[in-house]
Amino acid sequence: MTQGTPFNVPFLAVAALIGIAFYIILSQRNLIKLVMGLSILASGVNLFLITLGYREGGVAPIYTHAPAGVMVLPVPQALTLTSIVIAVACLALMLSMVIHIYRHTGSTDSEKSRIMKG
Amino acid sequence: MVVASLAFVEFLVIILARDIYLNGLHIYTLGASSPNLAIPENYIVPVRIILEVDSISIFMAIIAATVSLAAAIYSLSFMKGETGQNRFYTLLLLLVAGMFGMVLTGDLFNLFVFLEIASIAGAALVAFRTKFADTAEGGLKYIVISTVAALMVLFAIGIFYAQYNLLNIGALAHVMQYTMLDKIALVLLAIAFMMKLASVPLHMWCPDTYSVAPAGITIMLVVASYACLYALFRTCFTLYGVSPDMVTVGWIVITLGMLTMFVGVTMAVFQTDIKRLMAYHCISQTGYMLLGIGVGLAVLNRPEALNTYGIAAMDGGIFHIINNALYKGLLFLTAGALFYRTGTRDLNRMGGLAHKMKWTTIFYIIGALSISGIPPFNGFASKLLIYESVYRFNPILAIVAMITSILTLASFTKAFYSAFMGAELPEYQEVKEVPKSMIAGMAVLAAGIIFFSLFPGLIVDWLAHPATEALINQGAYINGIIGGG
Repeated sequence: MTQGTPFNVPFLAVAALIGIAFYIILSQRNLIKLVMGLSILASGVNLFLITLGYREGGVAPIYTHAPAGVMVLPVPQALTLTSIVIAVACLALMLSMVIHIYRHTGSTDSEKSRIMKG
Repeated sequence: MVVASLAFVEFLVIILARDIYLNGLHIYTLGASSPNLAIPENYIVPVRIILEVDSISIFMAIIAATVSLAAAIYSLSFMKGETGQNRFYTLLLLLVAGMFGMVLTGDLFNLFVFLEIASIAGAALVAFRTKFADTAEGGLKYIVISTVAALMVLFAIGIFYAQYNLLNIGALAHVMQYTMLDKIALVLLAIAFMMKLASVPLHMWCPDTYSVAPAGITIMLVVASYACLYALFRTCFTLYGVSPDMVTVGWIVITLGMLTMFVGVTMAVFQTDIKRLMAYHCISQTGYMLLGIGVGLAVLNRPEALNTYGIAAMDGGIFHIINNALYKGLLFLTAGALFYRTGTRDLNRMGGLAHKMKWTTIFYIIGALSISGIPPFNGFASKLLIYESVYRFNPILAIVAMITSILTLASFTKAFYSAFMGAELPEYQEVKEVPKSMIAGMAVLAAGIIFFSLFPGLIVDWLAHPATEALINQGAYINGIIGGG
C-alpha cells in the first residue's frame, strides 16, 4: 500500500477514535456512556477496515458501466457492512439490558445499580 | 423438536468424527461448484469462505453437541414457567450454531461473525429471565466483554488483510512473515480470546454472568468459552506455528494458566453462592488447560522435548477440556436443580437436601469427585497426564497444580456439607426431587463422565491425541487449502 502523507490522516483518526473509546469504557460509570464508548470503538475499527481498502483516485467497485481506472477494494467494504450490522445488534441488546437494569434498580450508574460483588 | 434436532446433530458429528479419524481433514468451500475447490480457477489464493474440519475442530464439536443436548433436555422442565419459550429455544439453537461455526470454520472473518453470533445469543439468554433483578447485569457484562473482544479480533483481521490480502487461516499461515504488525495482531487476538475465556486478569465478568444465567445456559456458555480457547490454540499453533518467539508466548500462556488456576480456586473457597463458587472453579480449571497447552507451545521448537513430554502435556490439556465440560456442566446443572427447588443460591440457607433430592445428590458427588481429580474418575486421568508431563518440564508448576486440586476438593466438600448434609430444614419440608427431564439432562453428562472414567485410554487415543497431532501439524492444515484443489 502506498504510504503517502494523506493516507496517514485516516489512520490517525482511527487511533484517536479507539483511544477515546477505551478511555470512555474504562473511566465512565454511566452505563449509557459505556454503550456509547463501545459504539465509538466499533466506528474506529470500521474506519480502519474502510481505510485499508481505499486506493487513491479509485472508483466504487461496481462493474456495470464502471469508468476505466483503479477500483477500491470491495472486500473490506463487505467486511465493514457485516461488522456494522453486528454492531447494531449488539448495541440494541446492550441498551435493552441497560433499560432492564434501570427498571430494577432505578439507576444507570454502574456503582449504584450493581447487585453482585465479591 | 429442539431435543430431536440436537440429538441428530450429535449423531452427524460423531459420524464426521469417525470419518476424520480414518481419512484426515475435510474442507467444504461454500458457494463453489465443488466442495473441494478451495482455490477457484484463474485465482492463486482462496477467496471463498471455507469450512475446514480437522481432529481438534471435531473434538470441540463433539463437546458442543453433547453439552447442548444435555442443556436442551434439562431446560425443558427448568424453563417451563417462563414466558417466551419459543424465543428461548430459538436463541439456544442460535448459540449452538455460533459455537459450531467458531470451531468448524477455516476463515478468520467467519470466525469473527460466529463469535459475535454466539456472544449475542449467549448474552440474550443470560438476561432471559428478566423477572430477576440481577440477570440483566450479568448479561450486560457478558455482551460488553464480548463486543470489546470481538472488535479487537476484527482489528487484528484488518491487520492481516492489509498485509496479505487474505482471510483464510491456512493460506495466511502459509505466507506468514512474522513482521512487527503480525506480532501486534497476535497480542490483540490473544487478549481478546483470553478475555472471552475468563483467564485471570480479565476474569471479573465470569462469576457474575455464570451465576445468574439459567443453569442450562451456563453450561453452554462454558462451552462457548472453550470455543474461544480453541480459537486461541488455532491462532497460536496453526496461524503462527513454529516461530522463534513461541517460547516466550508459551511461557506467557503458562504464567497466565498458573495465575488463573490459583486465583480462581482461592476466590472460590470464600464463596457462599453455590453458582459463583462453581464459576470460580470453572476459571480455575481453565488454568489447567492453559498450562498443558502452554508447555506444548514452549517446547514446540525442541522436537526431543516435544516428544518426551510436550505432546503428553497437550494431550492432558485437551483431554481436560472435554472432561471439564462434562463434570462442570453436571455440577452447574445440580446447582440449577437446587435453585429450582429451594429458590436460593445461598449455601448458608440450604441444608439436609440429600434426604429429598437423591438423584441430584448422586450427580453432585460424581461431579465433585471428578473435578477434584479423585481416582478413578476422568478428572484424575487428565490431571495425572498434566502433572506427570509438567513435572518433567518444571516441577514447581506441577506442585502448584496439585495444591490447586486439593483446594478444589476442600471447597466442594464444604459446599456438599452445607447443601446436602445435616438434618432436614423445616422450610424445605415440601421440597421433592426435580422433574424427570432435568434428571435426564444431568444423566446424559453423568453417563459421559462414567464412560470416560472407565475408558480414559480409549478417549485419549481416539479423541485427544489426534487433536494434539492436528494442532502440532501445521503443514497438514495449510495443505488442506493450498495443496488441495
